[in-house]
Amino acid sequence: MMVKELLILLVGSSLVSNVVLSQFLGLCPFLGVSKSTKTAAGMGVAVIFVITLASVVAGAIYTYILTPLDVTYLQTIVFILVIAALVQFVEMVLKKFIPSLYQALGVYLPLITTNCAVLGVALTNVQKQYGILYSTVNGFATAVGFTIAIVVLAGLREKMAYNDIPESFKGMPIVLLTAGLMAIAFCGFSGLL
Amino acid sequence: MSKVKERLVNGIIKENPTFVLTLGMCPTLAVTTSAINGLGMGLTTMVVLALSNAIISALRKVIPDRVRIPAFIVVIASFVTIMQFLLQGFIPTLYDALGIYIPLIVVNCIILGRAESYASKNPVIPSLFDGIGMGLGFTFALTIIGAVREILGAGEVFGYHIMPASFEPIRIFIMAPGAFFVLAMLTAAQNKLKTVFAAKGKDVSKVGSGCSADADCSSCSESAACAHKFIDTDAVPGESLEEGAKRREEEIKQNKSEAEDISADGTDSEDTDSDDADVEYIDIDDLGTDEEGK
Repeated sequence: MMVKELLILLVGSSLVSNVVLSQFLGLCPFLGVSKSTKTAAGMGVAVIFVITLASVVAGAIYTYILTPLDVTYLQTIVFILVIAALVQFVEMVLKKFIPSLYQALGVYLPLITTNCAVLGVALTNVQKQYGILYSTVNGFATAVGFTIAIVVLAGLREKMAYNDIPESFKGMPIVLLTAGLMAIAFCGFSGLL
Repeated sequence: MSKVKERLVNGIIKENPTFVLTLGMCPTLAVTTSAINGLGMGLTTMVVLALSNAIISALRKVIPDRVRIPAFIVVIASFVTIMQFLLQGFIPTLYDALGIYIPLIVVNCIILGRAESYASKNPVIPSLFDGIGMGLGFTFALTIIGAVREILGAGEVFGYHIMPASFEPIRIFIMAPGAFFVLAMLTAAQNKLKTVFAAKGKDVSKVGSGCSADADCSSCSESAACAHKFIDTDAVPGESLEEGAKRREEEIKQNKSEAEDISADGTDSEDTDSDDADVEYIDIDDLGTDEEGK
């Protein structure tokens, strides 16, 4: 029963209500780091790592610290500080102990610090009253949705690189149009659940 | 007095956060499904921006440079929490409509950007009015975008039916994809104006494309919200906020001139990137024709 619920949550958060294409969270990296599939995939992995970790930590802090002390109204302040500190801490730990992973993800980590997707997921988890397990799954699924979207967009942008585009539409506008078409396609997933 | 007026005009027209600087795109896209939502979001952001600017400016000599980003975030997040409760108490319909995007004002590029680039270097009164000006510019932009989407998607403005009965609402404009299309048109128009103004010899260096333009968020580096480290471990201990700001500006200048040197050498990383893409594209194309041949 629980497995089924978790599976529905997984599909729902990653595809149906995609974090970028239907909730508009994390647009900066989505539009900025999608020039090649390689960097897009790197960003995606970093985001999966950070959001999953942040969901666990934020969920634990909310359940074991904020709720018993009856200070849940501090959630926004606490979450943003914890997430920002966590990202920099992770960066330092990786640099010190796993240099190879730091090489791969290092440049993306500071970019994620003020990414609204991370805070958005933590707040959604609280709003929907998910426990720590559900929060973690929701965080992971959301991040996977982000990775799917950014890698697909990067693939499309690589194909478009040498297309003949009207002068005014070069750069951001054409990417936004592409993202709009992708959003229409992702609307189709709403029939899944 | 003239300073106050200058800051207001600067925020609303010259450096309009949405139309000129293109900052804070997440809320711009997400809440502009109707004009009233855009207006509500804009005004909420304006209050937070003005008050946090004033407080940060008042504390600018007290905050050590190394921990300025966390300090700014705490101030901003406190005001956002206060606004959240005020909205929940007094305008519950707007609170429900904006939902999760109210607490997310904390991570809006504009607010941290103004704190870093203006409020931390200037006295309280100009900072307060800089916040109000920027906030009004943001409100203006969000209301216009909201109105356009509402007219096209529902034939209404602020809930009043204005289009003739024969007009069939284009539903997609109030759904998620519509937001991308409207923003695409907006940035295309911005690009067009930029080339026109550049041809007339006007300065367009401030016209940015937000965080979205560059992979390294360099256009955001002025606002410093994107790529900045939470605790600036590179900062010099004992340095005041103003000294730190000067040092950072110099570093940015230096980085820029270095970047120009590199691009002058013709080894721009972007170029090599697209070359790779090109090669890959041709490979795939060849494979396709081969298969067709078989």
